[in-house]
Amino acid sequence: PVSLPLAVGQCGNQLGCRFWDLALREHAAVNEKGIYDEALSSFFRNVDTRSGGDGPDIYKGKICSLKARALLIDMEEGVVNEILQGPLRDVFDSKQLITDVSGSGNNWAVGHKLYGYQYRENIVEKLRLTAEHCDCLQCFFIIHSMGGGTGSGLGTYVLNLLEDEFPEVYRFVTSVYPSGEDDVITSPYNSVLAMKELNEHADCVLPIENESLFDIVNKIHQMINCGKLGSTVKQNSLVTSSAGSAKIVPEKPFDAMNNIVANLLLNLTSSARFEGSLNMDLNEISMNLVPFPRLHYLVSSLTPLYTLADVNVPSRRSNQMFSDAFSRDHQLIQADPKHSLYLACALLVRGNVQVSDLRRNIERLKPSLHFVSWNQEGWKTGLCSVPPVGHSHSLLALANNTCVKPTFIGLKDRFMKLYKKKAHLHHYLHIEGMEQSCFSEAISSLSDLIEEYNELDATKGGPRTDPSRLKVAV
Amino acid sequence: MSIVTLQLGQCGNQIGHEVFNAICSDVHGTHGLCSKKENESYHDACKERFFSEEESEVPVARAVLVDMEPKVISQTLSTAARSGCWKYDGRSHFCQKQGSGNNWANGFSVHGPRHKEVIMNLVQKEAEKCDRLSGFFTIMSMAGGTGSGLGAFVTQCLRDAFPTSFILNHVIWPYGTGEVIVQNYNSVLTLSHLYQSSDALLVHENDVIHKICAQLMNIKQISFRDVNQVIAHQLGSVLQPTYTAENGSRYSRNPLGDLMETLVPHPEFKMLGLRNIPQMPENFLAYSTFSWPGLIKRLRQMLIANAKMEEGIDWQLRLPRLGTSIPSSHSTNKPLHFNTSIANLVILRGKEIDSVDLGSFRDPSLYTSWLNPQDAFKAWKTPRAFNKYEKSASLVSNSQFLLKPLDNVVGKAWNMFASKAYIHQYTKFGIEEEDFLDSFTALEQVISSYTTL
Repeated sequence: PVSLPLAVGQCGNQLGCRFWDLALREHAAVNEKGIYDEALSSFFRNVDTRSGGDGPDIYKGKICSLKARALLIDMEEGVVNEILQGPLRDVFDSKQLITDVSGSGNNWAVGHKLYGYQYRENIVEKLRLTAEHCDCLQCFFIIHSMGGGTGSGLGTYVLNLLEDEFPEVYRFVTSVYPSGEDDVITSPYNSVLAMKELNEHADCVLPIENESLFDIVNKIHQMINCGKLGSTVKQNSLVTSSAGSAKIVPEKPFDAMNNIVANLLLNLTSSARFEGSLNMDLNEISMNLVPFPRLHYLVSSLTPLYTLADVNVPSRRSNQMFSDAFSRDHQLIQADPKHSLYLACALLVRGNVQVSDLRRNIERLKPSLHFVSWNQEGWKTGLCSVPPVGHSHSLLALANNTCVKPTFIGLKDRFMKLYKKKAHLHHYLHIEGMEQSCFSEAISSLSDLIEEYNELDATKGGPRTDPSRLKVAV
Repeated sequence: MSIVTLQLGQCGNQIGHEVFNAICSDVHGTHGLCSKKENESYHDACKERFFSEEESEVPVARAVLVDMEPKVISQTLSTAARSGCWKYDGRSHFCQKQGSGNNWANGFSVHGPRHKEVIMNLVQKEAEKCDRLSGFFTIMSMAGGTGSGLGAFVTQCLRDAFPTSFILNHVIWPYGTGEVIVQNYNSVLTLSHLYQSSDALLVHENDVIHKICAQLMNIKQISFRDVNQVIAHQLGSVLQPTYTAENGSRYSRNPLGDLMETLVPHPEFKMLGLRNIPQMPENFLAYSTFSWPGLIKRLRQMLIANAKMEEGIDWQLRLPRLGTSIPSSHSTNKPLHFNTSIANLVILRGKEIDSVDLGSFRDPSLYTSWLNPQDAFKAWKTPRAFNKYEKSASLVSNSQFLLKPLDNVVGKAWNMFASKAYIHQYTKFGIEEEDFLDSFTALEQVISSYTTL
């Protein structure tokens, strides 16, 4: 089944670029014979380009020319142009791009109301074209940041659009949330306005915070440079690395951080692409991790962060891998799931791990975790046989956990600071379609969401009274 | 007579594959420990039951493979073909691309009706290949979306299309601590629906088989393949040819019919548990000898004490002594955790089966009062050893074996239902709260019936 990434805005496209690069690397490592297979078709078309230009799709047989199934949307040309001039230029064609020149000025209203309206038809048309090439479109992935104008505004416009035009296709969103010290002053406005859209129109959201990515990059740096590991680390196993990919140019500062997110998406879709003894598809993730429609924010963690070259003691390492998945410094947002309440948890294991390893670790870790009363055994598990590049095994944990609450509260607080003083509001309100009510509705939506998490947190550690069972006539 | 197997969903297909492997390996084994003539009869009976005669070098399994995503079927077909021993009919499968998302409603209300015609056509084709059809053996898990939801729908279709054929559903009970978060919802919906169309539900619990792998088979890193192989061995021990008490000269022609007749005298009681002893790693087999009295004694105690495997049996639990066979409420005499049976079937395979005394299984105290103990117990035998075990004994039991697991699943599902968690995922595809309530009611009824045995 096909997953279609839509990269919107500068951040989204930088992330997207890393994703395509690492996806090619992963498939190249697995696909030795150069045959176009079911796994590849999730992300790539196979196009016959021998007669020049865009030939027909080849569904079986040898790989001719791989084209990414994607849309790249940006209201500035810089990032997209760079991609088209870089090593990935042959992976995209012009029909997948939607660009403009002036950008959105870090203004959600410009992205959503202005460009949304302006480019709607164009976007729908290109989506339809791309969807036509897929024989089974299962899921859209929107990749964007929340704090700016294009990714945030136009990105959430596209989210709405997807629900209207393709209601049966799942909508997963990977959102980079701004930090407290974000240098974009209006990022709280942009983020809260975007949150309302995510609340109402996304099936699943994977929030990401730059600080967490940054911390992980530093952690790895330290491990390598403090001499303990040094050259014994497999370079291509680093969750932050581009080693072995198409990117030959020296890595840019954000690349390491973006690679982490790229790896997240690869791991998330691994069981849908590759075989395993217990498959876990994206629709299963949505089904199992979203107990109530609005509570669809999933905290993710990836382990291990690197592999040592001299591989041994598999069992101890796999236990460590499970423990790390629950530690605060492996989460991709600033959150501590262990001390908050779990609504549900998914574990997707790749590589040389069997069901007994899963069971043993769940039994071991369960006592230290708090699960909501109606989901005491709320675990969803998947086993994919194919490990990521450079690893013998890996684990992706997705938690629907109240530990997202602080992130949302932080957003709300920073929003209110600006909103009380009506700072910068005029930049938004003079855009056609924007009214004061957009702001009040957005903050209300966020407050309601926070309240839902509060109510759940209130049940934590409380007494458990199971509801009495149905009585039947004997 | 032949059995057509339906492999439904990932679990169903993975297990089905191991079942045919086990059957083939058993038939081609050189450890039959019986006469050449006996071996040939066994071989022929087995072939008629599970494989069709086609112009191919290897036997073709009588099976229909169904899944809503392609990867598992693709793997299953190619692995079987590579074995060189047997294969599937290359056209006897149907899959889609998307999967069912662990959503019973999606499997039952969307995929079911949408693909009914195609699937039933495949079933019809397989049925027509049989000279005489004994019935259907469906393999599914109840935790996911396809095996469970689509499986329940297909079972209903089988019942409608083949009203006189027997349907035996092999149902896999998931691990207690989640494989799937909504597994209890899916299980409740599956069981309540199967109860209406199926003749009997033969259950395997993952937790139990996992323990067998760990403690009896000595496997360190247990994979699903290991689990499935144990299940396949246990199923093979039931489904491979045997002689019934009525006819000792010909292998039974109607295995499913015999099974139902023996074990399911009343439609309210359809839950069958399975025990098989001995179980050990293959390399131990050569060094182990068992006596039939020992095996029978152990199997009987497993029945009484509801032991899931042959280690850790509670030998303290004993049947009360009954003075005369008074068919009144003797339930007051029984200790609380004594496992009461409706009917039992013991299957013996291997050396010296004629000498076996099964009188202890005819003890009226084992059984509920409303069946004559003579009718409540049957034994099937064959001198032909099974799957390299010199002696192998299986027990298929319609008893309170599954009462506690069923009660657990219903309890957990009810607890979740009270909070309404995940219900929107089902109503999205047309399964409403009312449908859940109907299912809960049906299962509470089954629980009540089994409790008051």
